[in-house]
Amino acid sequence: MKSKRRKRYSLLLLGLLLLTEGLSAVFSVSEAKAKNDDTIVLKIGNWEEYIDYGDWDDDEAIELESGTIMGENDIMTDFEDWYYETYGKRVEVEYSTFGTNEDLYSKIVLGETYDLVCPSEYMFCKLLKEDRLQPLSESFFDTSDENNYYIKGVSPYIKHIFDINEIDGKPWSAYAAGYMWGTIGIVYNPDEVSEEDASSWSILANPKYKKRITVKDSVRESYFPTLAILHKDLLLSEEFINSEDYSEKLAELLNDTRPETIEKAEELLRQIKENVYSFEVDSGKADMITGKIIANLQWSGDAVYIMEEAEEEDYYFNYAVPEECTNLWLDGWVMLKSGINGDPEKQKAAEAFINFISRPDNVIRNMYYIGYTSTISGGDNPLIYEYVNYKFGAEEDEATVEYPLGYFFSGDDEDENFVIKTTEDQAKRLLFAQYPPKDIIDRSAVMGYLPDDVNAQLNQMWINVRCFNFSQVSGTVWLRALAIICFISILIVIWVNRYRIFRKPIKPGYYRVD
Amino acid sequence: MRYSFSRKQLCIPYAAFLVCFVIAPLIVIFYYAFTNGEGRFSIQNLINFFTSSNTVGTLFYSILISVTTTVVCLLVAYPVAYILARSNIKRKAILLAIFVVPMWINFTLRILALKEVLSVIEGNLAYHPFLNTIIGMTYDYLPFMILPLYTTLMKLDNQLLEAAYDLGANKMEVFTRVTLPLSLPGIVSGVTMVFLPAMTNYVILDMLYNNTFIMGSLIGSYFNAYDWHGGSMISIVLLFIVFIITWATKGFTEKEPEKEAIL
Repeated sequence: MKSKRRKRYSLLLLGLLLLTEGLSAVFSVSEAKAKNDDTIVLKIGNWEEYIDYGDWDDDEAIELESGTIMGENDIMTDFEDWYYETYGKRVEVEYSTFGTNEDLYSKIVLGETYDLVCPSEYMFCKLLKEDRLQPLSESFFDTSDENNYYIKGVSPYIKHIFDINEIDGKPWSAYAAGYMWGTIGIVYNPDEVSEEDASSWSILANPKYKKRITVKDSVRESYFPTLAILHKDLLLSEEFINSEDYSEKLAELLNDTRPETIEKAEELLRQIKENVYSFEVDSGKADMITGKIIANLQWSGDAVYIMEEAEEEDYYFNYAVPEECTNLWLDGWVMLKSGINGDPEKQKAAEAFINFISRPDNVIRNMYYIGYTSTISGGDNPLIYEYVNYKFGAEEDEATVEYPLGYFFSGDDEDENFVIKTTEDQAKRLLFAQYPPKDIIDRSAVMGYLPDDVNAQLNQMWINVRCFNFSQVSGTVWLRALAIICFISILIVIWVNRYRIFRKPIKPGYYRVD
Repeated sequence: MRYSFSRKQLCIPYAAFLVCFVIAPLIVIFYYAFTNGEGRFSIQNLINFFTSSNTVGTLFYSILISVTTTVVCLLVAYPVAYILARSNIKRKAILLAIFVVPMWINFTLRILALKEVLSVIEGNLAYHPFLNTIIGMTYDYLPFMILPLYTTLMKLDNQLLEAAYDLGANKMEVFTRVTLPLSLPGIVSGVTMVFLPAMTNYVILDMLYNNTFIMGSLIGSYFNAYDWHGGSMISIVLLFIVFIITWATKGFTEKEPEKEAIL
């Protein structure tokens, strides 16, 4: 009886199993079919930790006048849903990350087929120069389409930069859509470093801070401050600053790669190498907080990160952009020919992705999550300005300073609608790093694309600086090395002849067998 | 035809692995090393290697670091291995484990911890980059030196030492003329396990703030600058050095110490 029942149960189980198996098989077949028919697979490559992955806590929700911002899912999932709702088509995002621009480039050259990637300005210029980029379609720039969040929302200031910079007569704006931007400056500990010292690139070679400051382990980020130090007098002279074509001259100066300039820079970099704590990639953040170093060359976004992290541990760091000039950097979305492959549906999805992450609420989510500054100002939509105000605006009972951001939000710095009343502290630290004031922006230049042979020269210079060089070893070190070698060889000689030197009388009763 | 399974086929997975991840990349490296940018055969890269003061200087610096690390490792490891192997300490296994346990933790984590310890001891690390590098490398590679020494010294036949004492040798002589020569295979395998990886382990230098390139970082910088040809050539030269050292030390490791001693 018992066994019979058991048998029946097992039969039932078997039946259920078969049924579920069969059903799931049917479903998966139908799913696969749907995928084959009209799901667009969009392959996106981005920097690590450079997009909102969602999963916010409830108390992280940002409540603004025009709405509440909350990141539940990651942006990619939200995009897939949004695309289906808006265009009625399924899109599947294959999202992957890369560590450096060079990694991305190698991947592309070796045949990885990305559809949409987000490299820095010099790298998308290189890709453009090599004719690997798919131009943005005309409909992307149609301001009448309500879903074209990018063109409606991009800051007039950033748009201007993308319009005036060009490669072989092709403006950046035809191929690239800005994502994040910022400056390069110095994060410093105000207890140890004066603001005056931090406001000049000479701090890198300043013996006062010997072995207590770091620079970036990259040719581009190290070459540019050396130029600023070399041309310091010119860059700070009234005549130069007030000249009519100041910004062109500045850009020319910062893209100066004549062999004799590179030679001078090499000399200076050797001094800097002796003076700095290290050439770091990302250890600088931790070393600032643990107090190993007191100043750190940094991108503005990472500067925000360091300052915020440090504040949690009750340290206060400041961020300064040196007075001579700064490098304006931009990361932008570009479509690759190899991935899009002339498929209009794919291109539409890729452009829709750019628009989706340029939608003000998503912009805020990304900015909140990664700490960098978006190129989107929101256009008619006040959400982003509200967010900046929410984050940096002063409380009612605090002393305030006026911080005009009109240049970014409306293109007119006199615009009274975009003046943030903030505390002096914010104006010097976090707000300063995220949205630099107009005068900093005026002193900035883009360090764009460099031809391959110039790049090779720069890299050679970098290797020269970093390698051990016999000619740089001082006489005393040679003498010391010689002394050590002599000492060791004498020891060896003694050891080899030890029986002859330390011969002991043979004790009676023993026989030596040599 | 009936399919027959033989023991040889068990090594197919490894053979496949070898072809995919060792032989194929080697061929690629050789291809890049002996071609120029236009894909034509060229030995320019080889000439560049030996005429550039950078590569020669870096090679010197790497060897200097390796040699110093190896010597320090040997000097530290030999007494430890000797005491562990020859004395009658109870619970040897536990003592040995203390030296081996660090190997179970990833080396970047260990170096990260070492960095903090050294910072406490030295203050500013950046003033002694060479010293820190040697300490870091020694810390990292010490178990690789202790283990082979320990195993050879364990295998050492006690009767040989007793015979040496019987024949009138004092302790020093027994050590230098019996123990040391018989432990040579252990020394050699320890040295190769330390010397060769120390030449290219640039992560330790990076993490301990040594701003000078060694071979590993130099290769990396060539690849970062898209100069795959120059980078490959440096790799080949390194490979050649590795071969020479392995070949030169082959004679020591192949000997059977017991037989030698008995004869």
